[in-house]
Amino acid sequence: MVNFSIKGFIKLAVFISFLGMAQSGNAQNKINGKKIFETRCLVCHQSDGGGVPNMNPPLDGSTNVNGKDIARLVKIIRNGYDERVALDGMYYNNAMTANPDLKEDAIADVLTYIRASWSNKAGAVTISQVKAALLKNKAAKK
Amino acid sequence: MKKQIQLLSMAIFAFCMNVIAQENAGLTLPTGFKASLYANNIGTARHIAITKSGVVFAKLNNPNKEGNSIVRLEDANNDGVADKMNGWAKYGGTGIYVKGNSLYASSNEAIFKYELNSKDEVVNPLTPQTIVSGLLDRRQHNSKSITFDKGNNIYVNIGAYSNACQVEDRKAGSQGRVPCNILDSAGGIWKFDGTKENQTYKDGKRYATGLRNVVGLDWNNETNQLYVAQHGRDQLNSFYPNLYTDAQNAELPAETFYAINEGDNAGWPYVYYDPSQHKKIVSPEYGGDGMKEGSSEFKDPAVAFPAHMAPMAVLFYTGNQFPAKYKNGAFISFHGSWNRSPLPQEGFFVAFIPFKNGKATGEWEIFANGFAGTENGAKVTNTSKAKARPCGLAQGPDGSIYVSDDTKGSIFKISYSK
Ligand code: HEC
Repeated sequence: MVNFSIKGFIKLAVFISFLGMAQSGNAQNKINGKKIFETRCLVCHQSDGGGVPNMNPPLDGSTNVNGKDIARLVKIIRNGYDERVALDGMYYNNAMTANPDLKEDAIADVLTYIRASWSNKAGAVTISQVKAALLKNKAAKK
Repeated sequence: MKKQIQLLSMAIFAFCMNVIAQENAGLTLPTGFKASLYANNIGTARHIAITKSGVVFAKLNNPNKEGNSIVRLEDANNDGVADKMNGWAKYGGTGIYVKGNSLYASSNEAIFKYELNSKDEVVNPLTPQTIVSGLLDRRQHNSKSITFDKGNNIYVNIGAYSNACQVEDRKAGSQGRVPCNILDSAGGIWKFDGTKENQTYKDGKRYATGLRNVVGLDWNNETNQLYVAQHGRDQLNSFYPNLYTDAQNAELPAETFYAINEGDNAGWPYVYYDPSQHKKIVSPEYGGDGMKEGSSEFKDPAVAFPAHMAPMAVLFYTGNQFPAKYKNGAFISFHGSWNRSPLPQEGFFVAFIPFKNGKATGEWEIFANGFAGTENGAKVTNTSKAKARPCGLAQGPDGSIYVSDDTKGSIFKISYSK
């Protein structure tokens, strides 16, 4: 009736614990990301991600934050951002602080957090994506 | 049954309160004052100016949906609500001023002059004179606010394109530049001849310096003196968490209001004003520790307001409609803070600064509140949730005052009757 082999059971157990790890890893990333957001970003982008009109853009609902260009987001976090550009049709006059001391995993965590908070539903950002982006940015500078 | 009646009467009371609130356009005012919503949805209305006949001009930060960035409003039937509106100009900006038969308006780098006809209509909307051009616009603090003295001199704010003149702006650990070279061309008030065309920096004069960003300024005709309100620096806790807690940052530094004489230096970026120590304190980017007192060569404020509330306009009241205590005192509008986070925001109101014998007493009081439109006057936590943010101020010919809002594009008219 119950039809399982030891081998199958171990496979299943490994699979479940792997799922669990992935799950808790993800939750942990979001907790780290939230902490980084609160200490470094909230002041300008506000706790609801709504930003400050004319000064600091909203992250909630932003096309770029929810978009596919992860390299651009990584570059903004690392180097700061101070350009005359329209974001979703609006201009913002403040200058964003650079974060040269944020490690790759921390950048991945804070991006994962802002992409999955408020009404945002974009996918997590991995450390390897951040590494690739930093390499790309370095190459672009040369 | 008794409970039901109670509930019903509560509901009726709440309903009435709501209607009363709407009657004053949602504002809370001192006894005897009334407000109407003079205009709504006109665009990002920054400063406003009013002619002798009561025509209102508003400068918009960005072109509105009709593509105009200066708007002319008129209340022909005199019911407190504008019934005529038209506009022109493509350039965004903040400053606007009526001087005689001329209308001055500023972009973020230039000042233009238009002529008004006998109906206070602009005769040359497409061909203004360029009075000044080439003023620095490096995005941060780029509003060019303008006022006039009793003569033809124009005073323009050129804000510093920086928070605290760090070598690398808003970067933790970056020191302050010595000397702060930004002050050569920004971070102060410049004086130009309002009647001369095509001036640039070399034709003007730096009238006052050490002012990070002044959006609100006005000439006090009673004492013949310029008054300015400065936006104090941000982010003491972000860059110096070992010196300033979040709670301290929420109260530091004061937003400062100065009586300016030619040549004055208000001390930015070297010092900031601490309202609880009543002292100028050396900025941490210049070796300060939150206690070390700054040089006495720098000006003390006439009034110190709570931190980060962002003063947007100053208006000396010269009308006869309001009670006597308001005469020759100053109204000051506050946009509302963002850098008090994670603590609740403050501001979003118009305050009054009483003057006695031509001097600010140092006191101030809230005059008009409720612009943020929160339930039961609750605090705003996130700045973008404020429904309206006070910006421009102007006085009408009948002595009413007008307050603009650059969020929804409203203009409120506030009047008094016994
Ligand atoms: C000093 C205020 C400030 C701080 C602190 C700040 N930002 Fe920003 N941020 C800005 C401004 C201003 C812009 C837009 C700059 C421009 O237009 O050039 C911006 C832009 C962005 C963008 C691009 C948005 C878009 O729609 O393209 C992202 C993403 C972002 N910030 C994330 C963050 C994160 C994450 C942090 C914390 C690690 C942070 N910011 C900290 C002010 C700030």
